[in-house]
Amino acid sequence: MYLDSDRRPTLTPQLAVRVAIIGGIALVAFAVVFFRLWYLQVLSSDKYRAEANNNRTREIKVQAPRGEIVDREGRKLVDNSIGLAVKVSPDRLPESRAERRELYTRLSRVLGGDPMRMERSIERQLKALPFSSATAKQGVPLDVVSFLLERQEDFPGVTVEQEFLRRYPYHETGAHLFGTVGEVTREQLEDERYRGVDMGDRVGQSGIEYQYDRFLRGENGATRVQVDAMGNLTETLDRDRPKQGSQLRLSIDLDVQRAGQQALAGGTGRGAFVVMDVNNGEVRALGSHPSFDPNLFTKVIRKSDYERLSDPDLGAPLSNRAIQGAYPTGSTFKLITATAALEGGLITPDTFLFDGGSLTVGGVTFKNAGDAAYGTLALRQALTVSSDVFFYRLGLEANGAGDGLVLQTWAKRLGMGRKTGIDLPGELAGLIPTPRWRNALYRKKQTDRPWSAGDNINLSVGQGDLQANPLQLAVAYAAIANGGKVLSPRIGQRIEDAGGRALQELKAPAAPRLPIDGAYRQAIMEGLRGAASAPGGTSTDVFAGFPIPIAGKTGTAEKGLGRADQSWYVALAPYPSPKYVVAVTDEAGGFGAETAAPMARTILAELFGVTGDEGSEGGGVSD
Amino acid sequence: MQANSPVQGFHEPRTRILRIDPLLLLASIALAACGVYLVGTATQDDIPGSEYYYVYRQAAYAGVGLVLMLLLSRFDYSRVREWKAGLYTLMIGAILLVYVVGVSARGSKRAIELGFLNFQSSELGKLLLILALGAFVLDRMRRLDETETTSRLMLLALVPAMLVIAQPDLGSGLVYIAIALAILFVAGTKWTHFAALGVLGAAAVALVLVVAPAVGVEVLKPYQVDRLTAFLHPTDNPREQGYQINQSLTAVGSGGKTGRGDEATQTRLDFLPEHHTDFIFSVLGEEFGFVGAALVLSLFALLIWRSLRILTMSKNLYGALIAGGITAMLMFQIFVNVGMTIGIMPITGVPLPLLSYGGSSVLVTFMALGLLQSIHAQAREVAAAKGLNRDL
Repeated sequence: MYLDSDRRPTLTPQLAVRVAIIGGIALVAFAVVFFRLWYLQVLSSDKYRAEANNNRTREIKVQAPRGEIVDREGRKLVDNSIGLAVKVSPDRLPESRAERRELYTRLSRVLGGDPMRMERSIERQLKALPFSSATAKQGVPLDVVSFLLERQEDFPGVTVEQEFLRRYPYHETGAHLFGTVGEVTREQLEDERYRGVDMGDRVGQSGIEYQYDRFLRGENGATRVQVDAMGNLTETLDRDRPKQGSQLRLSIDLDVQRAGQQALAGGTGRGAFVVMDVNNGEVRALGSHPSFDPNLFTKVIRKSDYERLSDPDLGAPLSNRAIQGAYPTGSTFKLITATAALEGGLITPDTFLFDGGSLTVGGVTFKNAGDAAYGTLALRQALTVSSDVFFYRLGLEANGAGDGLVLQTWAKRLGMGRKTGIDLPGELAGLIPTPRWRNALYRKKQTDRPWSAGDNINLSVGQGDLQANPLQLAVAYAAIANGGKVLSPRIGQRIEDAGGRALQELKAPAAPRLPIDGAYRQAIMEGLRGAASAPGGTSTDVFAGFPIPIAGKTGTAEKGLGRADQSWYVALAPYPSPKYVVAVTDEAGGFGAETAAPMARTILAELFGVTGDEGSEGGGVSD
Repeated sequence: MQANSPVQGFHEPRTRILRIDPLLLLASIALAACGVYLVGTATQDDIPGSEYYYVYRQAAYAGVGLVLMLLLSRFDYSRVREWKAGLYTLMIGAILLVYVVGVSARGSKRAIELGFLNFQSSELGKLLLILALGAFVLDRMRRLDETETTSRLMLLALVPAMLVIAQPDLGSGLVYIAIALAILFVAGTKWTHFAALGVLGAAAVALVLVVAPAVGVEVLKPYQVDRLTAFLHPTDNPREQGYQINQSLTAVGSGGKTGRGDEATQTRLDFLPEHHTDFIFSVLGEEFGFVGAALVLSLFALLIWRSLRILTMSKNLYGALIAGGITAMLMFQIFVNVGMTIGIMPITGVPLPLLSYGGSSVLVTFMALGLLQSIHAQAREVAAAKGLNRDL
């Protein structure tokens, strides 16, 4: 039976072929495996090495504190407080949705707030940054934190982290300068300006915080950790420490700022002021009333708070009237009319015009305030007593001379109707009324009549359609005082390290110099000086007994419709070589000398260190 | 060996030991040593507190396997031919026993708990099939050209193969089929029969993967089909079926030319699934890179080369058939397993001989190597007895 078993079979050629085939298959298979390994391990190893590292490492963000903001003396205006934030870390969160929802409900019972909103917010954050923990609530008091930490098993995945919260120690003082911080928006994340900012970071959203955000925000740190396949942290690989943002020094003087805001608060409730160095445009103080507390924005602001701060009926405290106001300026505009008339060749400083108390043009009679009549007078006297008729005549003449735009041209040159270029966001350009502007409106049936000489007459005394803000007026007055430089006001002075050493000076763009005849400027300055010191000057009474010589102009802007007049005052001091310009307005303060000028006196007293200045009750009846 | 040795009987005990193939022995021991080392590095963090759990076991299996191999090498395999019916029955019985008393692991019953190891009868079945089928083939050598012979023999292999596939253990079932084809091939079955088997095989695959699901019959469980086809498109579903392949490719690829050594994070941090069993080759690739993988592959190549050489020198056809079956078993497992870890073969859960952790696999592989050594020793003995000094 077993024929084959007892003798060794010779290796038949057939078997040899078949063994060779098996050997060949093995050879081919080994070759394929070798080439594949070569491809994977030699040609593509970098890619797979990167993938392996990517597999095992996770980055945990460490928030950088924002840089502090100091005033010109180095006093801290804005800094950071360390708050406790309750966070939810994704790796220890319950898997099931129902359990998570239960956790959010329990958590919101402890922290306050709506569980549904908490759930939405946390799930959104976790989706955006899957391995960083999501914030449930910021600025949680210590006793609540202790409560949570003592009951860890009831709150799986809930952790407490330190975080930096922006702090504004002076609350409403300087609020409009500093602005607010808020979570970076989706649009901002796509913007080049916000490179390096991560979702959920808080960045400047208004004011200086916004303007100088790239210096203030610093660089977030990161802790790189190694995780295993289950997502458990196995070791910490390295840390990039967060870098605090640079310190920003402002040209602001805290004392002047505070004095200005206190002065405004004593008015009718809505107003603004600016104090600026006339030679270099450094803003010493700038404020708007009503103000707000920017600390409200350091955590997530409540909707009701935001609505209250934006409500026009409550004075829209968030708006910065010093740069966003759109007001007629009243007689403070006469400085511009005077400059235009002199430079436009309509008058010389000694040209006498007759003020009979009123001027009738095209059937409309334009009268002096308080029915005064000053008789024959030249520019200096006209500024001092604030003769309207004198300037009506200039307005009328300007309307007919040349292109009829000499007032508008000089207003524009002196900074009206355009942004001053201050380093604050949200500035408004305002409006200089022109024939072209009004006629276009008339064609579109948005106004009842085309341009007439009366419009130019109104403009000459800062009434009518003119829209300007205190900062623009300050720039125009500074140009007359400094020899023609139209400055871009500056608030940011320099970027510093934490020790106050300068890292970078913040330079304003070079100011264009207007060719204004020195004699003309002199005449205007003398007129303004008279207004604050000569008998019959509109603010002489206000500055009686004030030790610093002031040159200044009152303004009373008519708002019509039965609304109270807006009070203005712009001061240059000290006369005759002014260093500062102070522009103040109170939206319903009546005559300039009544409300705005006394406010200016308070500010000037602080500015020049006049101690024990009791100020004065405004008393002028006319401007 | 010494044909003109004056007193032959005197040399017997010494020469018998020397008659085993030293290169095959070297390759076996080296591979087993690599296996113990790799299982050790792969599992050192798996069970907290008992870092050496798997290494000790793997080392013990290798030691026992080595002894089994040496014992088998001294035994004349030819006598086994008479036990063919018993071996076949034992094989079927052992496989069926799993269905009765088997322990479940991840949805499949593959092993019987024996205390010191979970005995996988399908592993032992491979060897039993080789021995039994070889004997059955010999019985029908004169009618080898008949279609009936091929059909009957294939049926003998398909019965256990199907029982194993149904456990479900597709990989081992395919090993049975590979073994049967190799034995028929070595025996000299006509090419036309292989062509017909090829057509039938292709039709069966098409039926299982395409037609059966289309008409609602589930031959393979859906996860099996997914696993089988995932290597064709690993990035489709990186979290599910593609996950294992991607992690394995990342491990092997990141090993680079010389490996990552202690930095082998894919293994250490558990990203690599089944790292001590099915994906042990990926551990090797990550830790020792191309150099290490090439070295181990060379050892496998040595193993295959020696097996084929033993096939050609067998003293009888039975030995050649057994060697052919064992070679096919080793080759199939090596290429399917390695191919799976480098993304050119489907995931079928075939262990890598001598390297993958597992008592049944290690012991059965060593027994197969023992049979090869036995064939080698017998051939040498016959050659010596015939006075032929063939020192091949």
